[in-house]
Amino acid sequence: MAHLAHQPVGGAVDAPPTVIPLASPTPVLAVDALCKRFGPDLEVLSAVTLSVSRGESVAVIGANGSGKSTLLRCCVRLIEPSAGRVRILDTDVTAARRRVLRRVRQRVGFVFQRHNLVPRLSVLSNVIHGAMGRTGALAWHQGAASPAMRGEAMHCLERVGLAELARRRADQLSGGQSQRVAIARALMQRPEVVLADEPVASLDPSAGAEVMDLFARLMRDEAVTVVFTTHNLEHARQHAGRVVALRGGRVSFDLETARVPFDALGDLYAR
Amino acid sequence: MRAEPARSGPPAPGRFVRPSALSFALWVGAAALLLWSLQTAELSLSRLVNGLPQMARLLGEMMPPATSRLENIAETLLDTFRMALVGTLFGVLLSLPLAVAAARGLSPARPVYYLARALITFFRTVPDLVWAIFFVVTVGLGPFAGVLTLTVDTMGYCGRFFAEAMEEVDTGPQEALRTAGSGRAGVIIGAVIPSALPSMIASSLFALEQATRSSVILGLVGAGGIGIELKASMDMFEYDQAATIIIAIFILVAGVERVSSALRARLI
Repeated sequence: MAHLAHQPVGGAVDAPPTVIPLASPTPVLAVDALCKRFGPDLEVLSAVTLSVSRGESVAVIGANGSGKSTLLRCCVRLIEPSAGRVRILDTDVTAARRRVLRRVRQRVGFVFQRHNLVPRLSVLSNVIHGAMGRTGALAWHQGAASPAMRGEAMHCLERVGLAELARRRADQLSGGQSQRVAIARALMQRPEVVLADEPVASLDPSAGAEVMDLFARLMRDEAVTVVFTTHNLEHARQHAGRVVALRGGRVSFDLETARVPFDALGDLYAR
Repeated sequence: MRAEPARSGPPAPGRFVRPSALSFALWVGAAALLLWSLQTAELSLSRLVNGLPQMARLLGEMMPPATSRLENIAETLLDTFRMALVGTLFGVLLSLPLAVAAARGLSPARPVYYLARALITFFRTVPDLVWAIFFVVTVGLGPFAGVLTLTVDTMGYCGRFFAEAMEEVDTGPQEALRTAGSGRAGVIIGAVIPSALPSMIASSLFALEQATRSSVILGLVGAGGIGIELKASMDMFEYDQAATIIIAIFILVAGVERVSSALRARLI
């Protein structure tokens, strides 16, 4: 994959895509002509091309059904793409066999809209689950984890400000607390890339802002590459260096955040 | 007081939907089957009434229940419960891998799924007395045959309900673990089983209740337990002893049900 179709950073909204080389800097995430069809008639992603360099923070915006979540899920093959290629950390994810795919997934943290914690297990056990890719099924419960792993999990919890809730059951947490635990679980993976699918969509504005600040700060401190989808343009403005807009499954624009016309995005959300 | 709202809307649909010809034919067929079954049962009120004196005589001979062998009966009853407990425990443990193989989305391959489902259906549909006879012939008389019977019986029951519980849990946590690079075993142990645990505990406790009831009658075919004592008492016309055994069985089954209900309420 020598080149990826990629809209120039700083280009005009809905400007025709320009092909630029991806060789420098080496992208940690490269999406090339990705398509996803559900049945013969419904094309959710249509030739999406995107490249993210190490350390970048990219917001993906767009209306409901524009393909944001499908894009992130296709990147780690939670949804199988219909066509196109995805490379993460120099591995062709789309062609990877199961074992290789698991190794790539270990290095990619994924934060879900609905936190996806195991409700009956403790907060600490849920965080330790982040290490399962490295350690196997033994890390299923904090009681079975090694002291080093428990210590690392406590450190992750401390970083999201929830160390005192380590023993509490996950189903006894508030929405904001649950999402922080999910972030701690992602940190436990020691990720190089984090994909976050509307990480604060299910939270109230105050909890959402708090979680988003924490999320952005931690990822910055860890120098982790972040791609997150959001409906909240303010979050995109504050926390992303670049904004990619999807419309009808296609890239509408891909701009530096400072150049995004946030006040004139009505067309993006028009039905 | 507000005026009544206007009643000029479209007419309400009929209270009942007119059945299709096929549906009507099926209802008629079902009614005919029921009538035919009633005929086969040889229901007879006169025979029931004529049998009442005989019933009264039998109940009279049962009273008062004998207390001469209480210690022996208590010991046998405890053996019966222990047989039920061990059979249920083995059944529950073996049901876990069987249920994983029989759960959509968790089964490693489609043939394995169908095989596991077929096995569970087979275990469940063959009556426990038939299993008991089979195991008595295989391993001889005694509680071991009873334990094997209850194990298979529990696998038929728990295998099905564990698999359904695993299929019904929220798939979000499984997705999270898969995305973190976890393999199938990690997803099942870390996300599926903890999420399905309340339902699995309830099924296991029901299985214990069922095994306790079953263990009582397994003795009738020589597979251990108090059933053999009951049969011997009835065969030797010691109805007062039989009454004591029946009361003891009632206390055991009712006790297990009460404890099981309390545990379910506490654990789930």
